[in-house]
Amino acid sequence: MSTNANGGPPGSTPMNSDCGPKPIAIEVQHIVKKYGDFEAVKDVNFCVAEGEIFGLLGPNGAGKSTLIRMMTTLIPVTAGKAIVAGHDVAKDPDDVRRTIGVIPQAMTSDQDLTLYENLLIYAKLYGVPRGQREKNIAEVLEAVDLTKWRDAQTKTLSGGMRRRLEIARGLVHNPRIFFLDEPTTGLDPVSRMAVWDMLNKLKVSRQLTMLITTHYMEEADKLCDRIAIVDHGKLVALGTPVELKNSVAGANVVEVHFDREDDEWLGRLEKLEDVTNVQPEGSGFYRVITRSGSRTTMQIVELAASLGETLTSLSVQNTTLDDVFIHYTGRQLRDEQVKPVFTMPPRPGAQP
Amino acid sequence: MTRMFAIIEREMRKFFRSPTLMIMSLMLPILQLVIIGNAFGGKIVGTHVAVVDYDHGPQSVKVREAFAAVAANIKTFSTIDYNSEVQAREDVRTGKIDAAVIIPAQYSRRVYAQDAPQLGFVVDNSDLFTSASLEGEMQSLVDAMNAPQVEDRLTKTIALEVVELYPYVNYLKYLLPMTVALAMYISVMIGGGMLYIDDKARGVHEGYLVTPITKLELVFGLNIAGAIKATLAGISIGVIGSLMSGLGIVFHPMVVLQMLCLIVASSIAFNGMMFLLMVRVDDPLVPRAMFGVLNTLLLYPSGAMYPTSSFPKWMQAMTIVDPFTYVIHGFKSVLLKDGGWVAIWYDLLFLTAFGLATLFLATPLFKRTL
Repeated sequence: MSTNANGGPPGSTPMNSDCGPKPIAIEVQHIVKKYGDFEAVKDVNFCVAEGEIFGLLGPNGAGKSTLIRMMTTLIPVTAGKAIVAGHDVAKDPDDVRRTIGVIPQAMTSDQDLTLYENLLIYAKLYGVPRGQREKNIAEVLEAVDLTKWRDAQTKTLSGGMRRRLEIARGLVHNPRIFFLDEPTTGLDPVSRMAVWDMLNKLKVSRQLTMLITTHYMEEADKLCDRIAIVDHGKLVALGTPVELKNSVAGANVVEVHFDREDDEWLGRLEKLEDVTNVQPEGSGFYRVITRSGSRTTMQIVELAASLGETLTSLSVQNTTLDDVFIHYTGRQLRDEQVKPVFTMPPRPGAQP
Repeated sequence: MTRMFAIIEREMRKFFRSPTLMIMSLMLPILQLVIIGNAFGGKIVGTHVAVVDYDHGPQSVKVREAFAAVAANIKTFSTIDYNSEVQAREDVRTGKIDAAVIIPAQYSRRVYAQDAPQLGFVVDNSDLFTSASLEGEMQSLVDAMNAPQVEDRLTKTIALEVVELYPYVNYLKYLLPMTVALAMYISVMIGGGMLYIDDKARGVHEGYLVTPITKLELVFGLNIAGAIKATLAGISIGVIGSLMSGLGIVFHPMVVLQMLCLIVASSIAFNGMMFLLMVRVDDPLVPRAMFGVLNTLLLYPSGAMYPTSSFPKWMQAMTIVDPFTYVIHGFKSVLLKDGGWVAIWYDLLFLTAFGLATLFLATPLFKRTL
């Protein structure tokens, strides 16, 4: 069922903020974050059920990281409320911190320390009892498949392995809720998929609730049970990946490439039955959004044959989250409108 | 407490895991001790003084014999004969020689007649150190020549009997207190300033802030780790510098204890000051830019290289609140004078109070959130 963010009746935009019968792990109520006059997060509402992987999707500067930072007690909330594991982040921040694991955007493990040392320091910071530390460290290293690198210096690891170490670090105190801020940014496709597999396994083996921010559509599609799209600090859509895809007018995309470019193709394609939108891509290439991929495909073939034109290629796809994302945010890329902050250059010889 | 010790453990493991950083933080003070200590500490030798003799009489020969004695013994200068006063003056001006002595015509006759005999001395006063040294040497020669041939049975002039309390302190030894203080300052600047801000910029602190660590645990963990690093730097340079400058006093157990107390108090003071300066800084360029400014602002007015009594009033006022002043005074009292607890108790008190006060001021400014 789709409702709006405030629990209102279903509309054209899916806003399933209802967690259903499952117990709630995270609940965000009318949360606002202001920096002076600038409102980075505007009256956002959603909840995350226990055991769910919830994705926050949005372009750069949309407010995803601000949201996650408020939920993880890193920045104070201006207005509204965020309840994590039953604790108000503003009133009981330490109780929240004890129940959550956080993987920040940057890789912050100490490069000079070994994997074991990094995990040991964090086990102590989280107050893991002395007798349990070794067991926890061994378990999380096993979970992220880094046991044999236990005594290696972190600087000798690849980017993907370092990200796995960060994940292990966030799990060393057995948290119930896991926050991951763009966990695969900067990783190659193979490492990215390895991280996805690992997160899926961890969700099952540790009964974790996860909240992930990302701007990789594929990542959100593969990992998340539900996705919230954030833009300009507002929640613009919320639902399961399927609900979000169905919410975009036109269920299929037909990509057609005509051998010869003609100005009249656009008009001809738009007149076809079921077609809701045609996007010319240049050189005779068109993306046709349609309610029925099979019928439109046949019509295009017949149209080309009747005009004596040749088709170079023709393919039918389902609507992707990319289409959903563009539909709700209006664009694919956006420059982050944040104050310039100095970023440390990587240390010479350091692994990227 | 476990969390505070975890922060200290992390800082110390990093410190010992990066020997290059540790060595580099000790290199500058050692280099300063060796280079400045040897460059500024020695006496002037091997300068060239022109002698223009228009007299050629017995008294001018006596003057030249005195010059020859200097050249053969303490070697402050050697002489070169010139025929023209004008040429000698020009060569002093252009730097070919360092000074010129003019023995005027009729000099011997005036000496015998006790008719105000004079020797001319042309010096390059753009180099104050060399010219002062040559003037001093020349004055002592003249004083010796003025002494009567036959001494009075009773000395009529007032004599100053100088009693030196301590063995000869060369410049290398004089600089040692500054070297130890500088080593600790650099350690704090790198460990407490640059690395602290770098960690902030890299997001390391973000990792701490999502754990249940309290503000006080974090502040004390970072500061105790910084003070330990500075103490280790102070001990290392204290031992190495003492051996290099030949100060055996450092092996006396009581002096070692006094040094250790001073080093710990100085580390607390430097670290507290640095934490206060850096507590709200986010840009890693700031501590790097501040390094030289703070060095000049704190080290030079402290009396490490030049006595504070020669400073103008405004600089003397600065020395009162400058922790370096008390660090240098304490180390000088212990290393050069063996002054004991009486000489350093106020330094210890000031430095500890200064460190705790700055930490007390910085703690409320430290943000537990981003």
